Amino acid sequence: MSDKYEHYYVPEQSPWPIVGAVALFMIAFGAGNYVNEVTKDQPGYGGYLLLAGIATLIFMLVGWFRNVIDESMNGLYSKQMDRSFRQCMSWFIFSEVMFFAAFFGALFYARIIAIPWLDGAGNNASTAAVLWPAFEAAWPLLKTPGGTETQAMPWQGLPLYNTIILLISSVTLHFAHTGLEQNKRGQLKLMLGLTILLGAGFLYLQVIEYIHAYQDLGLKLDSGIYGNTFFLLTGFHGLHVTLGAVFLLVMFLRIVLKNHFTAHKHFAFQAAAWYWHFVDVVWLCLFIFVYVL
Amino acid sequence: MSTVTTDPHAHAEHEHHGPAKGLKRWLYTTNHKDIGTLYLLFSLLMFFIGGAMAMVIRAELFQPGLQIVEPNFFNQMTTVHGLIMVFGAVMPAFTGLANWLIPMMIGAPDMALPRMNNWSFWILPFAFSILLASLFMEGGGPSFGWTFYAPLSTTYSNDSTALFVFSVHIMGISSIMGAINVIVTIMNLRAPGMTYMKMPLFVWTWFITAYLLIAVMPVLAGVVTMVLTDKYFGTSFFDAAGGGDPVLFQHIFWFFGHPEVYIMILPAFGIISSIVPTFSRKPLFGYASMVYATSSIALLSFLVWAHHMFTTGMPVAAELFFMYCTMLIAVPTGVKVFNWVATMWRGAMTFEVPMMFSLAFIVLFTIGGFSGLMLAITPADFQYHDTYFVVAHFHYVLVTGAIFSIMAAAYYWLPKWTGHMYDETLGQWHFWCSLISVNVLFFPMHFVGLAGMPRRIPDYALQFADFNALISIGGFAFGLSQLLFVWLVVKCIKGGEKATDQVWEGAEGLEWTIASPAPYHSFTTPPEIK
Amino acid sequence: EMPLNMTQGVTEISQQVYDLHMKIFYICCAIGIAVFGVMFWSIIHHRKSKGVEPAQFHESTKVELLWTAFPVLILILMAIPATQTLIAMEDTSEADITVLITGSQWKWHYKYMDHKVEYFSLLATPRQQIDNKLSKGENYLLEVDRPLVIPTGKKVRFLVTSDDVIHSWWVPAFAVKKDANPGFINEAWTRVDHPGIYRGQCAELCGKDHGFMPVVVIAKEQADFDQWIAQEAATQAAAKEAELKLLAMNMSKEELMTLGEKVYMGYCAACHQPNGMGIPGVFPALKGSKMALEDLPAHIDIVLNGKTGTSMQAFDKQLTLSEIAAVVTYERNAWDNNTGDLVQAADIAKAQSK
Ligand code: HEA
Ligand code: HEA
Ligand code: CUA
Ligand SMILES: [Cu+2]
Repeated sequence: MSDKYEHYYVPEQSPWPIVGAVALFMIAFGAGNYVNEVTKDQPGYGGYLLLAGIATLIFMLVGWFRNVIDESMNGLYSKQMDRSFRQCMSWFIFSEVMFFAAFFGALFYARIIAIPWLDGAGNNASTAAVLWPAFEAAWPLLKTPGGTETQAMPWQGLPLYNTIILLISSVTLHFAHTGLEQNKRGQLKLMLGLTILLGAGFLYLQVIEYIHAYQDLGLKLDSGIYGNTFFLLTGFHGLHVTLGAVFLLVMFLRIVLKNHFTAHKHFAFQAAAWYWHFVDVVWLCLFIFVYVL
Repeated sequence: MSTVTTDPHAHAEHEHHGPAKGLKRWLYTTNHKDIGTLYLLFSLLMFFIGGAMAMVIRAELFQPGLQIVEPNFFNQMTTVHGLIMVFGAVMPAFTGLANWLIPMMIGAPDMALPRMNNWSFWILPFAFSILLASLFMEGGGPSFGWTFYAPLSTTYSNDSTALFVFSVHIMGISSIMGAINVIVTIMNLRAPGMTYMKMPLFVWTWFITAYLLIAVMPVLAGVVTMVLTDKYFGTSFFDAAGGGDPVLFQHIFWFFGHPEVYIMILPAFGIISSIVPTFSRKPLFGYASMVYATSSIALLSFLVWAHHMFTTGMPVAAELFFMYCTMLIAVPTGVKVFNWVATMWRGAMTFEVPMMFSLAFIVLFTIGGFSGLMLAITPADFQYHDTYFVVAHFHYVLVTGAIFSIMAAAYYWLPKWTGHMYDETLGQWHFWCSLISVNVLFFPMHFVGLAGMPRRIPDYALQFADFNALISIGGFAFGLSQLLFVWLVVKCIKGGEKATDQVWEGAEGLEWTIASPAPYHSFTTPPEIK
Repeated sequence: EMPLNMTQGVTEISQQVYDLHMKIFYICCAIGIAVFGVMFWSIIHHRKSKGVEPAQFHESTKVELLWTAFPVLILILMAIPATQTLIAMEDTSEADITVLITGSQWKWHYKYMDHKVEYFSLLATPRQQIDNKLSKGENYLLEVDRPLVIPTGKKVRFLVTSDDVIHSWWVPAFAVKKDANPGFINEAWTRVDHPGIYRGQCAELCGKDHGFMPVVVIAKEQADFDQWIAQEAATQAAAKEAELKLLAMNMSKEELMTLGEKVYMGYCAACHQPNGMGIPGVFPALKGSKMALEDLPAHIDIVLNGKTGTSMQAFDKQLTLSEIAAVVTYERNAWDNNTGDLVQAADIAKAQSK
């Protein structure tokens, strides 16, 4: 607790949240219909609604953040407000951690429990003997009990490069931050720009890797639990890299075009940086548990 | 309930406007009281919709045989009843109370992130419209139970599943944002001198609840995502043929689900801990131990999830582990019950409606806790599992637990919200009608369950007929009793005896130091806490 | 008349479970009486209307520790017998006889692993009783066409699994409830002391007819059981032979339609409805459907092999060749479908061998 209670800013009424709620409605309702339409090859409006929802969401984010930035630039925010934002961002990242935890949990469960059980481990001797006599437990699971086959994605090639790329990007981002704190705007711009490029490079290689998986390895989303966990974990991670990169790009534009942020006040930049580091840590876990081990 | 602002602290520059007028006030609001009100009204609406579905269930079960609805529709009613009550009635009610009360209790001007607060609320009506709309699509709505076990919810479900999944996603977003807001408000906006160990217990219990929420709602989002990809995109998380396991679904779901049930009871503990001392005119017996007990319950809640899965064929060692951990939860919960009783001991009690609901809560929640403990005993659970004994257990902790605490809270703080005293006689009628009917409704379910009636069935063997008729009658009576509540609330908003600032003789806490009705912005300059 | 308490059952384990249940119940009652007793004492005596002054005492670490420790002791007392019973229940080793139980929407299949005997077990309560058109019989919803038969005094091991969604095989009198998980096999066991008929139900929500999926077990003395199983094995072997002979013969339209209707009502009508109209959006209609009117090979194929990803299951193993032939014929001619197609057992056998 601070000993002095600063003046607290309670924002005026704002139209943005309700726009955001409508956007989420369109996204959820649109996606719900779209998924049925694509998988059943039926015509429908779901996809359009989904796209409209995403557009509305972006519109909302732009509007909302413009308000917040204006307020911040006008010095309406106290230190306390800044702390609120920081805590909000950290707990948001924590909730993201838990989202990934669900998928890592599924991965570990499949590897440590489900697959050995299907091969008769634990109290499942009959499972193997009666239901899956031909199945052999292995990880990566290259042949499922149902007989789907695939090849494994080795870690030595693209995944390793990608790991290095992301690690370097965390370092460059760190230097961008110190640049900002020491008021070296040149270093800030250079390092931040570099980080974004590295992020884009990562995404590019990821796409190449997916194409390789589908075309050469037969490793697909529906190739059994190995493919499932591989694509959902790397896929959601990729989505987060994309979001993080956009986030950083916005910071870059604010710095280059508007000369925003000072050595002492740069919450948005810091939030983007935290997010980026978080995405990086997730990748390390991914690299170890999805690719290497 | 329009709060006319005659703000006693009106001296700062900007935000000293009263509420805007008309619809815009509610759509664009950034005021914690407006948003709290919206949450509470929404929750009441959902309680009635979910309750109406329960009435369909009870009407079908009034007699053996199929009379009113098809089995498929019956399952949709059960499923959506559970979902609406849990996510639409109880959770938003608590969030509404948090919005109204936490800033007032800690001496803050508002929630920490007022705009996000508005967003959290307005997602909900949309999310539930999607869920309810899916009932009307071809093939009907979700019918796999509120627990949506795979593969019934994947390979074998109908087209509404995608809508179900996405509506749960956005409900989750709403809950997470709401929880973050609570945490940040509490960590950051306490008035000077309001140390953690001086916070009212309602604030404490919500603080811990909010952590539970941000820890488990994302896991729910994860598991519905897997359901979506399993159903539509050929993954096999829950399909042995692809190396997955249907039981994996249950592990992930209950990792969310068990903490979820404590999300629905911890704020209730906070409410009861506020009300009992007031009407006993005696301080809470053990404040610190209440805080520790709440934290212990929250921590333990992450280690007990598989007690819902004793019959799934886990190895014995796992069954034992989860049995022991589950039993342990009785200890901190007991600490709470004992503390409430010790608070009453040698107090000077009066029995206004909030206190009546709190007393009923203590007895009936404890009964629900006892049946929970019985369910925790693995070998016995083999007999109880998926019977009406379980249905009895969770309605005791949810209806006479969570819902009764929400009722108690509504009566307790209504005068502060509206500036008027509620009609005490009508309130006592509401209480006694509810108390009697709710027990006619849920108590016999224990017997029916022990006698072997499975849950989630639209028709049953003849031996269960008499009791089911009785249960249904209790159900209708309980439903009708709730109309008294609505009447009372409307009356109280419209007028009534003027409430004092203090309202209750024994009440303590910051919210009782400001005017009734509470001014639009509670504290613009922070109060000093000694 | 409904019993008000958990059954004591007919096995040593079920008795143990009952005792455990009563023990915890009594402990809870005792705690309840103590806690509520103190509470009601306060409510009666410490009320303001009696003019009492409230005491102001609070906080006592000693008391808090006491009421933390005391419940822990009680819990340990409960945990010991619970652990013992649980370990005994989960020990499926050294069984005398093994039955593979497979749940599917909405029936049970029993296969004796040590004998050449297997069959399906379906709800036997007539539809009219459920629809309140006939008065309900004594065992309404708790009766099946072919119960599971087990010997008394022997350790019977159950291997429980499923073909589609999760079901749960439950017989209260044995205190056996095990989930039937598709793709996995769970084990359970029982040793029944007295001959008799024991009834239970599916105990996991498994879709529309979850409430109509009873379990009936008949326990027979060993000698009776031996006789029964020998006879059953003989009948099933004979049926298989007859099946082969049938391939050479043709059934008349009447025969096919009568048998077809019976099979349809037993196996298909739950989803596709007695009038062939299905349930829109959930189960497709057969009346006027393209497959039932035109595409005969696809029609036979879907009945034989089911359709993965839907509740349409493979009936290959559930029905005999002539039954499949009959039901396909029925579906192609009933409800104004009138294709005039006659399908014979031999046609099915041909499709099967492909
Ligand atoms: C608010 C919600 C809530 C709460 C608080 C609880 C509290 C508890 N629940 Fe409950 N439960 C549900 C909601 C809740 N439950 C729901 C919704 C389901 C069903 C879900 C579904 O399948 O749809 C369920 C199901 C459920 C099961 C699974 C049953 C089955 O499907 O087979 C089990 C098993 O262990 C269980 C146990 C417990 C226990 C041990 C507690 C404990 O926390 C209770 C502790 C309290 C006390 C014990 C009383 C007070 C204590 C004392 C006076 C001290 C002294 C006492 C002793 C030493 C005995 N619950
Ligand atoms: C907080 C949660 C909550 C609440 C408040 C309730 C409240 C009620 N519940 Fe619910 N229930 C659940 C959570 C809850 N339930 C859950 C999680 C399940 C499991 C679902 C599953 O298996 O998946 C369940 C399942 C469940 C079943 C089992 C269904 C089955 O297994 O098939 C039954 C059966 O009786 C039931 C009944 C009731 C009744 C009668 C009420 C009553 O208390 C409701 C009273 C309220 C009203 C009635 C509304 C207000 C009044 C009116 C609308 C006026 C009109 C009145 C009349 C026409 C009489 N519930
Ligand atoms: Cu099979 Cu329920
Ligand atoms: Cu639980």
